[in-house]
Amino acid sequence: MYRYDALDAEMLADRTAEFAIQVKRRLAGEITEEQFKPLRLMNGLYLQLHAYMLRIAIPYGTLNGAKLRRLAHVARTYDKGYGHFSTRQNIQMHWIKLRDAPAILESLAEVGLHAIQTSGNCIRNITADPYAGANAEEVDDPRVWVEALRQWSTFHPEFSFLPRKFKIAVGASPNDRTAARIYDIGLKLRRARDGALGFEVMVGGGLGRTPYLGPTIREFLPTEHLVSYLSAILRVYNRHGRRDNIWKARIKILVASLGAEEFARQVEAEWSAMVADGSAAGIDVPHAEIDRIRAAFVETRFTDRPARSEAFEAARAADPAFARFARHNVVAHKVPGYAIVNISLKAPGEVPGDCSSDQMEAIAGLAERYSFDETRVHYEQNLILPHVALDDVPAVFAGLKAIGLSTPNIGLASDIIACPGLDYCTLANARAIPIAQAIAAKFADPAVAEKVGELRIKISGCINACGHHHVGHIGILGVDKKGEEFYQLTLGGSGLEDARLGDVLGPAVAGPKVAQAVDALVDTYMRERTEGERFVDTYRRVGLPPFKAAVYAEAH
Amino acid sequence: MPKLIKLEGGAPAWAEDAFFDVLEEDPTPGQGGVILSLERFRSEGEALLAAGRDVGVRLDAGEEVEALVPWLDRLALVALEFPKFRDGRQYSQAALLRERYRYGGEVRAVGAVLLEQGHFMVRCGFDAFVPADGSGPDDWAGVMKRYRHVYQTAADGREPNFALRLRAAERI
Repeated sequence: MYRYDALDAEMLADRTAEFAIQVKRRLAGEITEEQFKPLRLMNGLYLQLHAYMLRIAIPYGTLNGAKLRRLAHVARTYDKGYGHFSTRQNIQMHWIKLRDAPAILESLAEVGLHAIQTSGNCIRNITADPYAGANAEEVDDPRVWVEALRQWSTFHPEFSFLPRKFKIAVGASPNDRTAARIYDIGLKLRRARDGALGFEVMVGGGLGRTPYLGPTIREFLPTEHLVSYLSAILRVYNRHGRRDNIWKARIKILVASLGAEEFARQVEAEWSAMVADGSAAGIDVPHAEIDRIRAAFVETRFTDRPARSEAFEAARAADPAFARFARHNVVAHKVPGYAIVNISLKAPGEVPGDCSSDQMEAIAGLAERYSFDETRVHYEQNLILPHVALDDVPAVFAGLKAIGLSTPNIGLASDIIACPGLDYCTLANARAIPIAQAIAAKFADPAVAEKVGELRIKISGCINACGHHHVGHIGILGVDKKGEEFYQLTLGGSGLEDARLGDVLGPAVAGPKVAQAVDALVDTYMRERTEGERFVDTYRRVGLPPFKAAVYAEAH
Repeated sequence: MPKLIKLEGGAPAWAEDAFFDVLEEDPTPGQGGVILSLERFRSEGEALLAAGRDVGVRLDAGEEVEALVPWLDRLALVALEFPKFRDGRQYSQAALLRERYRYGGEVRAVGAVLLEQGHFMVRCGFDAFVPADGSGPDDWAGVMKRYRHVYQTAADGREPNFALRLRAAERI
């Protein structure tokens, strides 16, 4: 994986020193709280319900053992001994004291971790396909390009005071694992017929109170123009995005109000002008730098192994629990004899995305021993060991089992995305975590979950939609009704290659009834489904009526 | 009277403001340099330029630098107003003046101009500042030195990290 060179390290050191100066100026009263807030946010510090929250960036969702161990250390020393992996491949510590923040940032910087641009109205930490470099279907390693974009977007002088936050995701496979269409910019690497590498550029997706799927504004952008083209998009947005209303300030509103075609025309015009005035050539990253970055990502030294592992097959035959884990959590690798191992952070009764310091350290140990020192973070709030030899999967399974992380439920009904909700967040109207726990409990029996099959349930505690409810096969949105927590259900959404926004089922249901309603939805699906159909396929075929009847018949 | 900081040979220093900032209610003075709103410039600018006066234009954040293109080579300065420090439109405007229109005159930051924005402003091509927070040239010099390197090309012409790496690799 990419390792910071002296220049990267000095950038980070200068940033840490700058934030220390800014904190000092704030404490001395030289800057007001209003003036300090954006500076604090651009360093990842949020003020939440009970304490400060520190959001630490995990570029392209990739961690080595040293970084994971340091996160464990920070969580244990300055927080309550656990961290929360978010839907943006970042990790959040929810119980931070402001006075500890400089020490934490310094400790993180020692291993190349930071909280730069994890908040604020700037280009946020950029995400990538978590299977990057490991799956056979990708046309290129997206992390190479995300690293180039990380550098371009870090402390960008023109784009640090945007109308609103700005999120970019980069994928490289027909199967989307980044939710590209709900991003401000979603990029998908593809190859032209002549073999040239380029990006499909999607702009203006987003959830929140006005959800949109981002339209494609360019089918094929040659990779060498990536940075200048994105600069043109950002410049159009920075100049013309709305600043009068925080709820209409995201780029999705600009794209929707202009129309995708007109927005694309403006971007192309700006980009052509940048090419003509010579600035584009200076902005785009030279091939040699891309090669340097690429070299850092292809260093994984796989060994020649038979495609079939006797040890793996024997364990599958001997242990039904392992066989189940292999069915749901283990995915084919691009190199014969290797596998991608998904680690579910959705054990029944646990908080989705939470991971204790002890667990982080154990995972770091497994990664160091069995996965070329790499751990990935999936936006669905799970972790991944991307490069495990099939021979070693039984040992990895045993290691995960020992720390309570062998839940075989990837993509199943209990693998729920949930935002922190009213348990932590100042914005939330309702709790999300207990709802997720109640639903997961219904599917705690792995045989039941397996029978139901792929079902993506996503829960948000408010309309800001951090839990991606609009794009859940079943989406659940917490609303406040006269001081009581109610939940609106949506069906049929997806943020992936079959992207669609969910349809509202009907009136919101009371908190204690949500798990029961999900049960009724699942029963309806089981009754209606035809061979090979997932929940979402059945819904899209038969529509709302049978689901509606089932939920509201039970409610009355 | 707000004080003006200018970059002199790249270093911030107090500067005498040779321009009278003409507000809406002011009559245009009969002599000396003036800064006009875009609207006022449109009606009075040609005559003042023809009379050999030093003329600058003040743009609010919603007005576009493209409107000034026909006159840029005759304008002594362009003042870009920040209505709030969080409103970032003027960074793009300054970058356009320098990079696209090769404007060589003064680009002055006015309005909600704070020391903590200094690094970004200098990088986008501003070379004169009227700070709203009482900061002085020494403070601005400090801010400009906070980062030893930069990651991206901008109007200030600093060499980005990728270029430094290439040069280092070529030396070996």
